[in-house]
Amino acid sequence: MFKMTHNILRNLVVRKSTRRYPFEVREAFDKVRGELVNDIVRCIFCGSCEVRCPSQCIQVDRKAAVWNYDPFACVFCGVCVDICPAKSLSQKTQYLRSVDKRILISMQGELKKKSREKDKEAEKDKPAPVEPEGPAATG
Amino acid sequence: MRKTVIPFGPQHPVLPEPIHLKLTLVDERVVEAIPNLGYVHRGLERLADVRDFHQMIQVVERVCGICSMIHAHCYCMGIEELMAVEVPPRAQFLRVIWSEVHRIQSHLLWLGLFADSFGFESLFMQFWRIREKIMDISESTTGNRVIVSVNVIGGVRRDLSAEQTRWLLTELDWVEEQIQRLQTTMMEDYTVKKRTVGKGVLTAQQAYELGAVGPVARGSGLSQDTRQTSYAAYGELYFEPVVETEGDCYARSKVRFREALASVDLIRRALDKLPAGEVRAKVKSLKPPKGETVMRVEQPRGELLYYFKGSGEKNLDRLRIRTPTFANIPPLLAMLPGVYLSDVPVVTLSIDPCISCTER
Ligand code: SF4
Ligand code: SF4
Repeated sequence: MFKMTHNILRNLVVRKSTRRYPFEVREAFDKVRGELVNDIVRCIFCGSCEVRCPSQCIQVDRKAAVWNYDPFACVFCGVCVDICPAKSLSQKTQYLRSVDKRILISMQGELKKKSREKDKEAEKDKPAPVEPEGPAATG
Repeated sequence: MRKTVIPFGPQHPVLPEPIHLKLTLVDERVVEAIPNLGYVHRGLERLADVRDFHQMIQVVERVCGICSMIHAHCYCMGIEELMAVEVPPRAQFLRVIWSEVHRIQSHLLWLGLFADSFGFESLFMQFWRIREKIMDISESTTGNRVIVSVNVIGGVRRDLSAEQTRWLLTELDWVEEQIQRLQTTMMEDYTVKKRTVGKGVLTAQQAYELGAVGPVARGSGLSQDTRQTSYAAYGELYFEPVVETEGDCYARSKVRFREALASVDLIRRALDKLPAGEVRAKVKSLKPPKGETVMRVEQPRGELLYYFKGSGEKNLDRLRIRTPTFANIPPLLAMLPGVYLSDVPVVTLSIDPCISCTER
């Protein structure tokens, strides 16, 4: 025990190594793989993320242009972010908050084929997102 | 003499994981130990049927929470061999760096838990404080704290910038200094020695015959480390295994303590020699893995073995994982007879049991 004494005495003068969480939150490192977000305006509903996701928590309905995501089955590996051809997926640096109810995220977008044609016709008229923010929480 | 049979585990305050030993005692001494495995079987190998070989990376990472990097490293090496992928040298070095980060993290975790197993709570907290810095290193360089997900077939997904390399070096200095500060406590303290010296002795002969791996084998004087086979970039880093000869709990903790410091050195050397260039080979055009192979790497707990069988489909035919704890259970059973019941937690922890890995 005496061999430990100088460590203990030192600990009295050095800075604390714990934080008073939730009052004090550590700043996240950049490029941390946290919460997954889909910028549904850019999504082309190709379904690549659904195919490559290892936990199979994404379902893409190509016909109806719906992107479904189960954040509590997601393992935040970032594979979908790497693979997304339209770069519509991204990850925040903050982790998902804990909640007391399971939520499923379902986002409705617009089919791009039509909009691309539309774009050609009227270049500046960007298709408006059906559901821009605040994913519909169901379940 | 009357015999008593008592169950040790699966729930035991000192065990983070559910190992179950049926101990036969005469008085206070153990005469026989019989393990009972299977509480946390998850059927991860079977998932190879459902998930394709890219998705399996994330699955094998979850075989072990502590050394996810090394599992994925081994898996990727095997698939790369079957697909004949040439991994860029920079990726090889980065894989070594992250593997060693995981080894330090695992050894510090174990040193803390070990101190806790003989009731030295404050030492446990000291080790875990250092470990927190390693978790930060992991988080800032790979993106996640524990399950790092940086491996892909053909390389790694993240690169280190020059700024990160500099930051990493200063952090490593801090880690090394802090670990060394605890050396006298861990290695020379009277109470620590009282609980570990001469407990659970495994001779070199026994270690060899029972097929001990990792720090258990090296603590008994077998100079055996899979990193000597120079996989990935280890060949260029002048790696030397850490060996102790006493074969008791004290020797095993000494091996892990010194290995944590050796890993800091290895990372420094790897950062020093880090070649420039690509970190990921292109594998899109290649055919899925076909054939059979076996891959071995050194995990913090010892030698990890993967067997692969693929038939050119996107799902592997068979994936077999043999984790080091599985190999270390027979040596544990040889160590236990003769020790006092109160020393059973210390001896059991001294092999660094990772039961979730063992049962997959
Ligand atoms: S990969 Fe990207 S573009 Fe394709 S469906 Fe998923 S989110 Fe949309
Ligand atoms: S982060 Fe990983 S687990 Fe989560 S949705 Fe993307 S691919 Fe799936």
